Amino acid sequence: MKYKLLGTLVATAAIACVSIASAGTLDDVKKRGHLKCAINTGLPGFAYTDDKGNWTGFDVAYCRALAAAVLGDPNKVKYKNTTGKTRFPTLASGEVDVLSRNTTWTLSRDVDLGFTFLGVSYYDGQGFIGRKSLGVKSAKDLDGASVCIQTGTTTELNLADFFRSNNIKYEPVPIETNSEARAGYLAERCDVYTTDASGLAATKSTFKDASKHMVFPEIISKEPLGPLVRQGDDQWADIGRWVLNSLIIAEELNITKANVSAKANGTKNPEVNRLLGTEGSIGKMLGLDPKWAVRAISAHGNYSEIFEKFIGKNTPLGLARGQNALYNKGGILYAPPVR
Amino acid sequence: MNTTDINYSKTGKSRPPPANTVGLIGWVRTNLFNGLLNTCLTFISCYLLWLIIPPLLDWAIFNADFTGNVGRECTTDGACWAWLDQRIEQFLYGFYPAGSYWRVNLAILLLFPALAYVLFENLPFSNYGRWYSLAYPFLAAFLLVGGFGLEGITTDKFGGFMLNLVAGLSGIIFSLPIGILLALGRRSKLPAVRLLSVTFIEFIRGVPLITLLFVAIIILQLFLPPNVSVDQLVRVMIMITLFASAYMAEVIRGGLQAIPNGQYEAAQAMGLGYWQSMRLIILPQALKISIPGIVNTFIGLFKDTTLVIIIGLFDILGQARVLQTNPDWMGKVDHETYLLAAIFFFVICFSISRYSINLEKRLDTNRD
Repeated sequence: MKYKLLGTLVATAAIACVSIASAGTLDDVKKRGHLKCAINTGLPGFAYTDDKGNWTGFDVAYCRALAAAVLGDPNKVKYKNTTGKTRFPTLASGEVDVLSRNTTWTLSRDVDLGFTFLGVSYYDGQGFIGRKSLGVKSAKDLDGASVCIQTGTTTELNLADFFRSNNIKYEPVPIETNSEARAGYLAERCDVYTTDASGLAATKSTFKDASKHMVFPEIISKEPLGPLVRQGDDQWADIGRWVLNSLIIAEELNITKANVSAKANGTKNPEVNRLLGTEGSIGKMLGLDPKWAVRAISAHGNYSEIFEKFIGKNTPLGLARGQNALYNKGGILYAPPVR
Repeated sequence: MNTTDINYSKTGKSRPPPANTVGLIGWVRTNLFNGLLNTCLTFISCYLLWLIIPPLLDWAIFNADFTGNVGRECTTDGACWAWLDQRIEQFLYGFYPAGSYWRVNLAILLLFPALAYVLFENLPFSNYGRWYSLAYPFLAAFLLVGGFGLEGITTDKFGGFMLNLVAGLSGIIFSLPIGILLALGRRSKLPAVRLLSVTFIEFIRGVPLITLLFVAIIILQLFLPPNVSVDQLVRVMIMITLFASAYMAEVIRGGLQAIPNGQYEAAQAMGLGYWQSMRLIILPQALKISIPGIVNTFIGLFKDTTLVIIIGLFDILGQARVLQTNPDWMGKVDHETYLLAAIFFFVICFSISRYSINLEKRLDTNRD
């Protein structure tokens, strides 16, 4: 709690100081030759290292797409690993250009901390996992339970809200990282463990005796996760927002990593042509060249390809698209048109 | 008195001691079974070891999986060591470029003679050796970071156990002299020097290390001009060093206070100036008394280097956590990775502590 307060103070102080120097991030990045992207210190499927020591994952893929769009090479990214506490001060102090670290879009972060959210890359919600031997069928029956929880996150606040509004008591067991929380839960330091539903699915899939645990039906919060930048540089925010949108639109238009270069030579679909730069001048409006979206999509493919590669059905996380399907396929993923 | 006894006394040889007081049996009798209480304790300890050790060995070795490319291939009840093969380099070197591992190895290899010339006397070429030891930190920095013809490698690539060693050793090397100066400053007769030292020591000791690191990483950036940026690792090393120096100063001050006033007066009576008397009379004695405390601080400092995780650097513990969040290994390697990190830390900390015992014995000049 102490550190969270400190973090908020620092972030606020930081905003006050750097708001003068924050114009022209695009120029800074181009001059520097690489993008500085803040990611998690490790979250299954979203940010982790491969056996060569390279960072990879769902959140990392966005950084790479952005670097490809701006600098022409998805590898021109320097990652800065941040914890739940250090992420906001790191972004605010100007040490990174963009934060892509499963961060929930909330009013206070958007307004009070002075960040601009670029959209939603993953719709999540907070849930609970508990041992079946507790004999509890719903999170509302958890009166007096001890709850393992990651500190410095919205999860902590949602939990307090949920228990207060249902007028039941709980005992929080605050833990710094996700993997420690999982270990704590397995070592029975707490009765239930709460985090975003995506994290719960991932966690449950690693248990030896998964059948002895259950995810409770309640989803107690909305957790729209997405990338964010500092307030005050609208051009940079626009670029970040439309790189994210371009990946979602690419899925809508069936542009994939495999066919993007072919389609970039021109198609019959004017929307595809506008996005891929053979018609209109959206690249110029953004301050980029016409082929920016081609490169962004070439990095890891469209939204669906990124999803399936890092967190989808065939990965150890095995997440279903659910809410994160396109709006015309039963989900709520909806990107404004390119026009 | 029989004849053999007479023979012994005639030849001047002493009789061998009874068989049950020497050798293995003698040792066991005097150390493990001398008295009822100790006998009971011995049996209880043996029982506890028997409870703990076989299952641990079963888990860690006999039932363990050593092969496989992903965690799912570890199917036995024992430990899963399959990751060691592809990940050990990251645990040792972090994100350092694989082609340049030799630079780290060479730096570590060169460390041994540098340490030897500081720690042991009577080595050949010790005149040059001392200079070599002094130059070593710069040599190591050159090897690790590059420049002057070597390919430059930024410090954000540092990681794994190498990062613990770099941060820990630099802290150890610099905190001792700074600590000595602070301790002397705190006992100085000059008010300004004394006030400065006291303020510094009390401020640093009054703040948790994690807060200092946070200040170094986040807040410092706000006060520096936009183009000036001090390297992250350097900031961390400075903070760890300052933190350890404050504790070191208090340990050494304890040693200084234990020196009887007569020694100070004797030094003055000899006509020695302040620095001479400190160097020749007071500090050698004070430091000798302070060795256990100094080593304690060193070991604490070395373990504190794991805090670099909060600023996004991945020491060996950080690498363990990263591997635990890799979807391929998730949930399979929690204990194993921590165990590996623990072994590395134990080896280093235990060696430091053994050396300090050796040093205490060597410097023991009590003649009573």
